[in-house]
Amino acid sequence: MNTFLEKCCDECWHSKERPCDLFIRCASEGPLCHHNQSCRDKFIHLNNRMLYIEQDIPIIFIGMGTCGLASGAQKVEDAIRAEVEKLQIDVKIEATGCIGFCAREVIVDVKLPGEARVSYYEITPKIVSKLIQSTIIEKDIFTEKLLGAHEPHSKGIKLLNDDPFFKHQVKIVLKECGVINPVSIDAYIARGGFSAFDKALRRMKPEEVVREVLQSGLRGRGGAGFPTGRKWEMALKQKSAHKYMVCNADEGDPGAFMDRSVLESDPFRVVEGMLIAGYAIGASDGYIYCRAEYPLAIERLEKTINQCKEYSLLGDNILNSDFSFNLKIKKGAGAFVCGEETALIASIEGKRGMPKPRPPFPAIAGLFGMPTIINNVETLANVASIIGKGAEWFSGMGTEKSKGTKVFALSGKIRNTGLVEVPMGTTLNKVVFDIGGGIPGGKRFKAVQIGGPSGGCLPESVIETKVDYESLKDVGAMMGSGGFVVMDQDTCMVDLAKYFLTFIQNESCGKCVPCREGTKRMLEIIERIPTSYRFTKEKTDQLQRYKGMITLQRLASVIRDTSLCGLGQSAPNPVLSGLQYFRDEYEEHLYERKCSSGVCKELLVYTVDNSKCTGCGVCVRKCSDQAILGEKGHAHYIVEEKCIKCGMCFEACRFDAIVIN
Amino acid sequence: MVELTINNLQVKAEEGMTILEAAKSVGISVPTLCHLKDLVPSGACRICSVEVEGMRGLIPSCAYPVSEGMQVETNSPRVRRARKTIVELLVEDHPQDCLICVRNKNCELQDLSAVYGLREHRYHGESKEHSVDLSSPSMERDPAKCILCGRCVRVCNEIQKIGAIDFANRGFQSIVTTPYNKGLSQSDCILCGQCILVCPTAALRENSSMKAVSTALQSKTKYTIVQIAPAVRATLGEEYQMPLGTDVTGKLVTGLRRLGFKKVFDTNFAADLTIWEEANELVNRVKEGGSLPMFTSCCPGWVKYIETKAPELLAHVSSCKSPHEMEGAVLKTYYAKKLGINPKDVYVVSIMPCTVKKFEASRAELSEHTMPDVDAVLTTRELVRFFEVAGIDFEDLNDDKFDDPLGESTGAAAIFGASGGVMEAALRMAYHTLTGEHLDNLELNAIRGAGGIKEATIPIGGLNLNVAVVNGIGNIGPILDEIKAGTSKYHFIEVMSCPGGCINGGGQPIHQKTDKVLQRMKVLYDIDKKSVKRRSYENESIKTLYKEFFIEQGSHRAHEILHTSYHERKI
Amino acid sequence: MHQYIFDNYTKNDKSSLIPIMQEVQSVYGYLPEKVMKEVSGYVGLPLSRIYGVATFYNMFRLAPLGENIIKVCRGTACHVKNSANLLFAIENTLGIKAGETTKDRKFTIELVNCIGACSIAPVITVNDDYHGRITTKDIPSIIKKYSGKQKAAGIEKAEEAGTV
Repeated sequence: MNTFLEKCCDECWHSKERPCDLFIRCASEGPLCHHNQSCRDKFIHLNNRMLYIEQDIPIIFIGMGTCGLASGAQKVEDAIRAEVEKLQIDVKIEATGCIGFCAREVIVDVKLPGEARVSYYEITPKIVSKLIQSTIIEKDIFTEKLLGAHEPHSKGIKLLNDDPFFKHQVKIVLKECGVINPVSIDAYIARGGFSAFDKALRRMKPEEVVREVLQSGLRGRGGAGFPTGRKWEMALKQKSAHKYMVCNADEGDPGAFMDRSVLESDPFRVVEGMLIAGYAIGASDGYIYCRAEYPLAIERLEKTINQCKEYSLLGDNILNSDFSFNLKIKKGAGAFVCGEETALIASIEGKRGMPKPRPPFPAIAGLFGMPTIINNVETLANVASIIGKGAEWFSGMGTEKSKGTKVFALSGKIRNTGLVEVPMGTTLNKVVFDIGGGIPGGKRFKAVQIGGPSGGCLPESVIETKVDYESLKDVGAMMGSGGFVVMDQDTCMVDLAKYFLTFIQNESCGKCVPCREGTKRMLEIIERIPTSYRFTKEKTDQLQRYKGMITLQRLASVIRDTSLCGLGQSAPNPVLSGLQYFRDEYEEHLYERKCSSGVCKELLVYTVDNSKCTGCGVCVRKCSDQAILGEKGHAHYIVEEKCIKCGMCFEACRFDAIVIN
Repeated sequence: MVELTINNLQVKAEEGMTILEAAKSVGISVPTLCHLKDLVPSGACRICSVEVEGMRGLIPSCAYPVSEGMQVETNSPRVRRARKTIVELLVEDHPQDCLICVRNKNCELQDLSAVYGLREHRYHGESKEHSVDLSSPSMERDPAKCILCGRCVRVCNEIQKIGAIDFANRGFQSIVTTPYNKGLSQSDCILCGQCILVCPTAALRENSSMKAVSTALQSKTKYTIVQIAPAVRATLGEEYQMPLGTDVTGKLVTGLRRLGFKKVFDTNFAADLTIWEEANELVNRVKEGGSLPMFTSCCPGWVKYIETKAPELLAHVSSCKSPHEMEGAVLKTYYAKKLGINPKDVYVVSIMPCTVKKFEASRAELSEHTMPDVDAVLTTRELVRFFEVAGIDFEDLNDDKFDDPLGESTGAAAIFGASGGVMEAALRMAYHTLTGEHLDNLELNAIRGAGGIKEATIPIGGLNLNVAVVNGIGNIGPILDEIKAGTSKYHFIEVMSCPGGCINGGGQPIHQKTDKVLQRMKVLYDIDKKSVKRRSYENESIKTLYKEFFIEQGSHRAHEILHTSYHERKI
Repeated sequence: MHQYIFDNYTKNDKSSLIPIMQEVQSVYGYLPEKVMKEVSGYVGLPLSRIYGVATFYNMFRLAPLGENIIKVCRGTACHVKNSANLLFAIENTLGIKAGETTKDRKFTIELVNCIGACSIAPVITVNDDYHGRITTKDIPSIIKKYSGKQKAAGIEKAEEAGTV
């Protein structure tokens, strides 16, 4: 037997055409329809092979998520293949997703028969031969790049879970990410995959499934944190011939990549969540609305869906039951606002993705006017575990109102960029410094931006805040989808506010006035702060700058009060949280006309340090505006009136003679 | 019924009612911009925001249903501040040219700005720049003045079902525009102007012909003749705050004379003439097995529609010119000859309730040797501006009568301006042609009123004539499908692009908040009722016209002068 | 003419508009007006609506792009790691602005909100290749790699000016 779809013997009657309702249980327990020890053994062997417990030859795992590929995983794989060919050794190469430690990509694991799986980091084609030499030929440890062992190793090397990056994490959603072959349904089934769905389908009524999710306290992981069970309940109550289950994989928040990683690394978990949800609410059709910017995730989802169909886990009369569920992928076309439920629905319907007023709520009249439930990827990835292990197990984690775990995408000025999953209630401090390893380059922590364009920037003073829906809101941020961007002293908060407002302006659908016009005016007000009079045409600039700051608060509150959808309502957040915590920085820009972080170009003054300038003339050639004068061999001079503060001279100078003030 | 409080007033409202409707029922008005009655709320403008206790943000009252125990504030400081800010934001992104704007004093944005007391430009910044779309002879689009409320888009798509315009781009760059931003003339727009009627600002307006008309009136060589469409007399009074449904025919004639037109004729005359030709055409098609059903051709929007969307069915359209074109053609042939002046010196102006008529007048098929049948078309609204400039106090004018001979008309012609009217008038005539008898039941209630598709079966002699009236171009789809499928049971179909017919045409006075169609229709039906002659074949002037000029219906000369042809249009 | 694309979709199914447009774009690289008229007839939607959809979503193009598409990620993580400077350097090297295509049609620069590769910020992609953790100094060599034998006009100019 090489797959679970194969028959153990002729007595087994499971096939694509005639699905057996015991199929999922058979996979883990051996054949249930007949007693035969040799058949049983076949199942046990298959399971063990899928779990990499049994193996004949060494297995090399390569992290092939987008981050891995971007770091050169494909080249590493090619190098490994070439090397094993050269050495004439037999190894199995298995592509996995992302284990979360993106900072250390490319990550390669080696597992010898009968030995623990060992992870190595930052593998490049150059060191592949060394890696293979020491691990496979010498059957030793490649200590130079050792990350840790997945299980206790005979040589007593450190465990992966002892690494601070992994130690504080609790993995539910990311459990198999980077461990499992993401496009093998057998691997997923061998790890207990689809048993939760099987349990729901065979032993639970839809009401019971909904109740379980309700009791687990699971809340939407897409941002707003609406209780998932309550949503499902609404749809379940609707009497309708047709209902839809939609997975929102339009991960648009800049700085968030949890959904991408989960879809690339463990897509079956999401599909199982959708199956359970579809069964619970009585939906017969499902869509996964995925960003087109995630081609790898889409490719893997397609493979996932095809395998599920083959195994009768999608389609009509799933596993010989009355439940039918057809799943389609809809590729997004690039619009941040489509993360909003009603806009997403409009987009699936082939329209411009513009939100609609609610009520009616999608759970009552959504896609094509039918009851529709839309859940985010991470939410759905939690569902199978909740049904499998029970609501109590899930609600045992987290805080009073926020249960379970949350996945964060650590990025920005932090040492350990990557994906982490921590129990709700973990402090920001722990995430930034213990897990994230703090700020690189000896720089000072300034803030962490949570919740994307709807969230806020939290400074050191509130770093003991717990990550849960309420606590984050209390300090002026929001959970959002899980973007966690760390900033150091080189980040200017005025510039960041400008960045987010530009983002909102670019992504505003343009339907409602406060968002379309209001955020434009907010952006203009913020834009005036770090501009120099030299670069604007308006002579009234100075006056406008102060006037704008006076009206900012009022404008922000009206935008928040009156915008049609969440995107607009939360659009002022980055500015408001900036003003709350970094008022001094705004004031510095406004009154002193200075940007300490050195980001706001127009406020910078470039000069030449005469003692260092050799008069080589490189800067003169780089300067696009002829703002640098000087004779060859003599110290040069920058004409401030002409300087456009592009910084090209600074970067070009080999003698550090350009000084920025 | 549910009970709620609005501004501390106890209000009983029906379940499913919106807060806006509930407030209205107790005399509390809430401003709206994007709201259009009878269409699903879009919630775009947010000006109708109200405060509802227990809700985090403000609530759009046009979209939110009432519920038991709800506590609503429509006039709290928070609400006022929000509304004022919204108006400020709209005004900031709008040209500051009210004084020279065609919608000055009839602009919803201007009204709101006044109500909320805008006194300064608080949110100074970039405003959008778009060029004006002057590609169509009928209408202008000025996207810079557009506040993106979307009413035009919804009327065009949901009511007229044309879809000539839609939102494009997004965010601050959003614009309501034609496909590929190429202009109305290169879209499938039928130029009906329904969008103008719902536009709160001057972003959509007619392409004005006032200058040309004014020049002609000054000209010493031009013999200026004006004609008035039936529907204009039923609506013009509205612009002078007269009650809805006031008939101002007499004042109109006086006013036009004062403007300097040499002759003031009535398009109703040509409406009767149209009936002579069209009924004859119908009878011939029925008798000789021509393309049936036959469509009316009075509405140029409809003609443009079928030329664009279903050119394979053009043989079904009556070849009769529309009434004002017939009038123009007769004026430039028969009448010019009668007066003994060069037809080139005759300048015919039509006062129409319609924007498409401007396009129609420019059609090559409707001009003889580069001499158009009609030289210029003014909408009802433009005429009012003419009167104002000329200092004519319209309300105080005495009644006067049309000139002869192209001023005489029957009651059948008057009802042309209401949906179903052409059909009724034609049936009165056809009945007589086929049976030699007078149709007794003159009021066919089945094809009156506001229904989308109205139908009737009229026994004429041995034939049961099946007729349909398409009231608004949005209802045409199934009718055309049936004909294409060969399953249509109809013999004769009237189509009017504008819902309600010409009385609700795109050139009519703009009043957003009144339900006016039926009252305007009543004016025309009353004129008919009061008429001594109510059948087109009783029009003595037309009898003379045939005797002296056309000889008989469908004669060679009649075909040359009163009939036209159509062609496929590709966009 | 494009029946082979339409065959996968039901006629008059309005919800198939976006997938059809995506397929057309994958064939042509952009959405030719002529083809959109065919699409309009097939899905039963007015052309104005299709134009509206095409201009709403970031991915759709109304004009052909360059051979190589450089996408500069403007996500938060990339922003705090100075992706603005990367963009500036790319613009300078090619002599065009974001959203534009070089005259020789070799390169188009586009901005993308977030590629979701924040952990290796700042990131740009050229066609399907990711380039992570790069600095402005890497730009000339990356561009060179894709410019093929024939040099982009912008590069030649840049070389003359000594920026490469």
